[in-house]
Amino acid sequence: MSSPETKPYPGTQAVEHGKARADEWPLFEIFIRGQHGLSHRHVGSLHAPDAEMAIKNARDVYTRRNEGVSIWVVQASDIAASSPEEKGSLYEPANDKVYRHPTFFDIPDEVGAM
Amino acid sequence: MYAQMIKSTGDGVKSLDEMEPQERAFQERINAGGKIEPKDWMPEGYRKNLIRQIGQHAHSEIVGQLPEGNWITRAPTLERKAILLAKVQDEAGHGLYLYCAAETLGVSRDQLTRDLLSGKMKYSSIFNYPTLTWADMGAVGWLVDGAAIMNQVPLQRTSYGPYARAMVRICKEESFHQRQGYDIMMKMAKGTPAQKKMAQDALDRFWGPALMMFGPSDENSVHSAQSMAWKIKMNSNDELRQKFVDECVPQAEYLGLTVPDPDLKWNDERGHYDFTQPDWDEFFDVLKGNGPCNTERLEARNKAWDDGAWVREGLMAHAAKKRAAKLAAE
Repeated sequence: MSSPETKPYPGTQAVEHGKARADEWPLFEIFIRGQHGLSHRHVGSLHAPDAEMAIKNARDVYTRRNEGVSIWVVQASDIAASSPEEKGSLYEPANDKVYRHPTFFDIPDEVGAM
Repeated sequence: MYAQMIKSTGDGVKSLDEMEPQERAFQERINAGGKIEPKDWMPEGYRKNLIRQIGQHAHSEIVGQLPEGNWITRAPTLERKAILLAKVQDEAGHGLYLYCAAETLGVSRDQLTRDLLSGKMKYSSIFNYPTLTWADMGAVGWLVDGAAIMNQVPLQRTSYGPYARAMVRICKEESFHQRQGYDIMMKMAKGTPAQKKMAQDALDRFWGPALMMFGPSDENSVHSAQSMAWKIKMNSNDELRQKFVDECVPQAEYLGLTVPDPDLKWNDERGHYDFTQPDWDEFFDVLKGNGPCNTERLEARNKAWDDGAWVREGLMAHAAKKRAAKLAAE
């Protein structure tokens, strides 16, 4: 499998995103939740025959120093990802909505902290 | 370094004016300190070069397990054994972080493995030297991991996002490796005369090969200039080698050991140590496959791959069976 971020590379047997390579364990993306109340965070990927083994391998590859207390594994082919070409249509609408930021509003000092 | 002699396109570095708009935007982003991510447009040369560089780096981590693995069963104490085991396990982890970064460029893991096993892709020349005594575990951690850190710390700022992130993880763990090596050297150097002699012998054998890790001088190389423009190489080989020597000499003095270089001398004017270049003929010979352990290393990797085939296939079959059973139950 190729990563959701992958483009095919000529000269290797790279395949379309989501298609399995015949002779390779599928790729899993690994997410770890640390100890300090933050949400799961993407840390990398690894190959494993199935999700159960992916969790076991992720434990060895990504949490050798107490980096996490919870592991999510997702098969890379199951992730849908946006592409850079969509940057405009996805993120530009936010640019003209500056009023979403609290500093847009001037509150007089007399009012106190707000 | 862990990635030596990576050749980029030999065309020389293009100026911004010579670039098409797409490439120009790409280069300007790098110049501004931005990151390139896997789905972004990139020149084919950048992609190819990175695959070779990250792949070679990953292979070095994996093959690098062999010289140290050699001593796991013979470590002098249970504690040293546990530490060495953890260190070697880290190297496997580093290889995996790097393979996963290389794979985001579109190359498959099996392809990378095949290219290592066939000898098409290289790994660092340093791992083609044997580890003859326990003191070598000290010298490898201190010098080899020390040299690796020199190169890897700046690479945390490399332009390719997944590579930079892998480097951050690796650097966090690398300091343990160097310190455990130096700790072994301290114990040996302050031990019996025979132990101190072993420590000196290890330094004598690993000093030259450690200096070679940075690769030959590349001050005038177009390959290097292109890699530096792309920020997949952050410093010249000579610059890093000098930094390494400057750092190691006082560390060797503390151990009471002698760096095997009669011409090693502090140069007040330059503010650096003057030192003798390693034997570059030997370096090229080792790269060509004629080092003391080239054959043994590749044989060990090939054997591990072949012997592991039934496990890889078996686990795949088991996963398929479980999937089918789950489907049937639904």
